[in-house]
Amino acid sequence: MSEAAHGRPSRPRSPMAPPRSFLWTRRIVLTLLTGFVLLPVYVMISSSLKPLEDVSGKFEWIPSALTLRPYADIWETIPLADYFVNSIVVAGAATVFSVVVAIFAAYAVSRYSFRGKRVFTVTVLSTQMFPGILFLLPLFLIYVNIGNATGIALFGSREGLILTYLTFSLPFSIWMLTGYFDSIPRELDEAAKVDGCGPIRALFRVIVPAARPGIVAVAVYAFMTAWGEVLFASVMTNDTTRTLAVGLQGYSTQNDVYWNQVMAASLVVSVPVVVGFLLLQRYLVAGLTAGAVK
Amino acid sequence: MRRIRAAVTGAVTLSLVLTATACGGGGEDGGGQATKTLTYWASNQGSSLEVDKKVLQPELDEFERRTGIKVKLEVVPWSDLLNRILTATTSGQGPDVLNIGNTWSASLQATGALLPWDAKNFEAIGGKDRFVDSALGSTGAPGKDPAAVPLYSMAYALYYNKQMFKDAGIAKPPTTWDEVIDAGKKLTKDGKSGIGVEGSNLSNNIHQVFVLGKQHGADFFTADGKPDFTSDGAVAAVKQYVDLMATHKIVAPGNAEYAQNQSLSDFAKDKTGMVLWQTPSQTFASQGMSEDEWGVVPAPVPSGKPGTGTATNSMVAGINMAVFKNTKNLDGALKFVKFMTSDEEQTALNKTYGSVPPVKTAQKDPAFSGPSLAVIRDTLASSAAALPQVPEESQFETVVGTAVKELFADAAAGRPVTTESVKAKLDKAQQQMPKK
Amino acid sequence: MTQTAVTPAREPAVRKATPGGARTARRSGRRRLALPYLLLLPALVLELLVHLVPMLMGVAMSFKELTQFYIRDWASAPWSGLDNFSVSLDFDAAVGQSLLKSFLTTCQFTVLSVGLCWLLGTAAAILLQENFRGRGVLRTLFLVPYALPVYAAVITWAFMFQRDNGLINHVLHDQLGIGDSPAFWLIGDNSFWALLAVSVWKGWPFAFLTVMAGLQNIPRDMYEAASLDGAGVWKQIRHITLPSLRPVNQVLVLVLFLWTFNDFNTPFVLFGEAAPEAADLISLHIYQSSFQTWNFGTGSAMSVLLLLFLLVVTGVYLLLTTRGRKTSDV
Repeated sequence: MSEAAHGRPSRPRSPMAPPRSFLWTRRIVLTLLTGFVLLPVYVMISSSLKPLEDVSGKFEWIPSALTLRPYADIWETIPLADYFVNSIVVAGAATVFSVVVAIFAAYAVSRYSFRGKRVFTVTVLSTQMFPGILFLLPLFLIYVNIGNATGIALFGSREGLILTYLTFSLPFSIWMLTGYFDSIPRELDEAAKVDGCGPIRALFRVIVPAARPGIVAVAVYAFMTAWGEVLFASVMTNDTTRTLAVGLQGYSTQNDVYWNQVMAASLVVSVPVVVGFLLLQRYLVAGLTAGAVK
Repeated sequence: MRRIRAAVTGAVTLSLVLTATACGGGGEDGGGQATKTLTYWASNQGSSLEVDKKVLQPELDEFERRTGIKVKLEVVPWSDLLNRILTATTSGQGPDVLNIGNTWSASLQATGALLPWDAKNFEAIGGKDRFVDSALGSTGAPGKDPAAVPLYSMAYALYYNKQMFKDAGIAKPPTTWDEVIDAGKKLTKDGKSGIGVEGSNLSNNIHQVFVLGKQHGADFFTADGKPDFTSDGAVAAVKQYVDLMATHKIVAPGNAEYAQNQSLSDFAKDKTGMVLWQTPSQTFASQGMSEDEWGVVPAPVPSGKPGTGTATNSMVAGINMAVFKNTKNLDGALKFVKFMTSDEEQTALNKTYGSVPPVKTAQKDPAFSGPSLAVIRDTLASSAAALPQVPEESQFETVVGTAVKELFADAAAGRPVTTESVKAKLDKAQQQMPKK
Repeated sequence: MTQTAVTPAREPAVRKATPGGARTARRSGRRRLALPYLLLLPALVLELLVHLVPMLMGVAMSFKELTQFYIRDWASAPWSGLDNFSVSLDFDAAVGQSLLKSFLTTCQFTVLSVGLCWLLGTAAAILLQENFRGRGVLRTLFLVPYALPVYAAVITWAFMFQRDNGLINHVLHDQLGIGDSPAFWLIGDNSFWALLAVSVWKGWPFAFLTVMAGLQNIPRDMYEAASLDGAGVWKQIRHITLPSLRPVNQVLVLVLFLWTFNDFNTPFVLFGEAAPEAADLISLHIYQSSFQTWNFGTGSAMSVLLLLFLLVVTGVYLLLTTRGRKTSDV
C-alpha cells in the first residue's frame, strides 16, 4: 500500500533553518487567516450569550450583560429537538447508503473494464454541474407520482430527503473512492481470490479495510452535504420532517428576529458536525491524498 | 460482514423497488381515514410557530369534540408558505384547508387549485353576507367565485410615539402627508428620525406604494388586467414614498436594508417617532413598549379625511382561508371553515392575534372597539382598497417591490432619486412581467 | 501473499480487466460480465431517479409555457417552442438584459472567489507544511468554516453585515473611522464584496484541505536533493512545491468553479428573497425567475442555458489542461 494512504505526511526536513523572511511571512499570514476564520465564530458565541435588547442594538465586542437564557429559549421557540432528530436521521441514513452505493460503484469502475464505463463516469460527474433549481420541481413531481402509484411516501417524508441527499454526494464519493481503490495494489484482491474469495468478498475483506481513510472522507463529505442543504429541504419537508437547515428560519417570525437565539441555535447545531469533522479530519486528508488528488 | 451484506441487500432492494415504481402513473389513492381527518396549514400569526400551535390546538380539539373530525395542524412559516402551496398545487398533494395571504387570492385562483366559493359552498358556512364587503374584495378576481374566505383582517394605520411627539412640540398627530413630513422634520434630530420604513421588505413596499398610487389616482394594472407601472401617478407614488428618505430625510438611511421589522424595534426603542403598520401592538409589547406609550391615528391622506378614491389610506390586509380542491373530505373541510368563521372563533382568534374579524357579527364584540382596533375597523370599512385582484399579483409584488427596494438603496447611498430614475426602474419591472 | 498473486505475470491492462483467476473466469463467464453492471446498478438507478430523469423533465419544461395557469398539470401546458429561450436571450429587453447582467456578475464573482480560495488555501497549506509549535491547532482551526453548516455560518455573516448594528461597520466606521457614514453591505453595490467575503471564508478551507493532501504526494527526497544543492525555502516552494501541485490544482480549480458558479445557499441565506443587483448570482436569479414569478418555463430555459455553458467551459477546460499536462509530462 502506498505510504500516503496511511496518512503519514512526508514533510521536507531541510537541514537549513528557514530564513527570517519566511518565518515572518508565515507569522503574518497565519495570524490574519486565524482572525478571518475566527471572527464569525466569536460573533456567534458572544451574541448567543447576550440578552435580546443587546443583540438588536449596536454591536459590542465585550458583552455588557451575559445570559444563558437563549440556550434555554431555543428549545421553546421552535421544536428544535425534533428538527435535530430529523437532521440526524436524514443525514445519517443518507451517509450510510451513499457510502455503500459508492463503494460498489467505485469497485466496478476501478477493477473492471466494461462497455459503458466511460459514459457512466462522465455522466455521473457531470451531474455535479446541474443547477439544483432545474430539477427541484421535476424531482418533486416524480416523488409525488411514485407516492400515488405505490403508496411509498417519498414527498414530505424523511425517506424522500434521504434518497435525494444520498444522490447529491454520490458523484463526488464515487469519483474519490475510485481514485482511492486504484491506489490499492490489485495484487491484494487477487490474492484473496486465489484464496477462494468471490469478488464481493474480496471487496469487503480486502479493499474496504484498506480504503478506510477514503471511506471515512467520503462519509464525512456526505454527512455534511446532507446536514447543510437548504433549498430542497425547504420544499420537501413538512413540520414533522423539517430539518435544522429549514427549521432555524423559525427564529425570525413575522414580528421579530431573535438574533441571540439564532446564534445560540446555530452554535448548537454546528457543534456535532464540527466536532465530528475535526476528529475525522486526519482521515479526510489521507483520503483525499490517495483518492482525489492523484 | 453479515451486517454489511444486510445493508447491501437493503440498498439494492430499495433501488429496485424504486425503479419498478418510477414509471407508474398517477393513480389516486388516499389514506383510508380520509373522512375522519383534515390537514390544515396555518400561517404564522403569533410571535412564533409554537405560540400559534398553542393558540390553535385548543380550538381544533374543540372542533374534533363537536364533529369527530381530527385536524392535523401545521403552522407554515411565511418564508415557506407560498413555495409549499406552489408545490402542493403542482402535485395535487396538499392540505385540505389552508391559510393564504389575502393578496395572493387571485394568483392562486388562477392556478385552479383552490375550491371556488360558489353560492352553495358559501351556504354551507352560513352565507356570503356574514362577511364585511372590503374583506370580500380581496378574495379573488372580480366576477369570479371567490377562491377563499376572509379569516383575519388588518389595515394600515399611523402609530406614533407619544413622548417623542411631546418632546418635539407636536401638538396633534398628523393626518395628511404634509403634516407627516412636518412632524417628521421636527422629530429628526440627535440620531432619531421621523418615520420608519422597511426598504427591503418587498410586500411592505408594495402595500405602501399601492396606497400612494391610489392617492395619485393610479392603479398598477389597467382595467383589463395589463400591468401599467409607468403611468405618471404610479411614478409619482413611488417617488413620494422613496422621497421620505431621499428628499425629506425623515427616514434614517439604515432603513433601506430593513426587511425583518427592524423599523418596529426602532420605534419601540424611541429611535423613530412614527411607523405606518398593520396591527403591531403585540410586537411593541414584546419589545417592552407599553400600550400607553404609543398612539394611533388613521394613515395619512393627501388632504381632508380618509375615504374612497384618492382619499384611500390603506390596503385591505389580512389572511384568507381556502379549501384545496383536491381534498377528499370536502364536507369536513367546509365544516371546518364554518367553525373557524363562526362568531365565537372569530372573536377569540382575532382578539388573540390583535386583528379585526372580517365577520360582521363578530366585530360587535367590545374587544374590537378599543382605540387601536377601532381605527383599523373604520379604515377597513370606509377607506381601504384591495390590492389588484389579478393573476399576476404575486409577480407584481416581486418586481415592483424589488424596484422600490433598489430605489431605497440608491437614496440611502446618497444617489439622486429623480422622476426619470423611478420611471426607468418601473419600466424595467414592467418588462419582467409575463407577456399576455 | 503478494507472491502467490503475482505468479501469473500479466499485462497491466489485462489485469485490470478481470480480477478473477482464469479458472473462476471460465466457470462464471456470464456472471463476470454482469457483475460490474450489478455493482453499478444502485448508483445508476439513483442517479437516474434523482438527477437525470428530473433534468430531462426540466429540459422538456423549458419548451413549455409553464406559468401559474398550467402548473396544476404541467403535462398539459402548451408547448411554446423556443419562446422561453428567445426571451431569456433577448439582451435588448429587460428579462434578457438582467439575465446577462446576472451572468456576468456571476462570472466575475466566481473568478475572484475561486482565485482567492485557491490563493489562501495554497498559502496556508504551504506555510503549514513544516512542523512548528501550534501547527496542529491551526490546521484544525482552519477547517472550521468548512465544517460549519452553511446556513449557520451565513446567518452569522448577515448579522455582522447589518449597517447600523453589525460588527463590520462597528469596526470600519466607529473604530477605524473609515467613511463619512456607515456603508451598506446587504444592499447596493457593496453587497458584491460582502458576498465574496462570505464565499471565500466558506470555500478556502476546501482548497487548503486539498492542497494539503496534494503536498503529501510530493516525494521527500526532492526537497532533500534541492536543499543539498543549496536551494532555500522560497526556491523550493517555487521550483518543487508549486509545479508538483499542478495536477491537484487542475481538479481543485474545476471543482471550486462548479460549486461557486452554482452556489445557491450562500446568497439565498445572506440576502433573502431578492438579491441586490450587484450580487445577483445566476442561481438565485433563476430561482426568482421561476419560483417567485411562477414562470417555470422561462426558469427552466435559463437553467438549461446555464447547464450548457458549464458543460462547454468544463469540456474546454479539461481539454486544455489535460493536453497541456501530457505535453509537459513527456
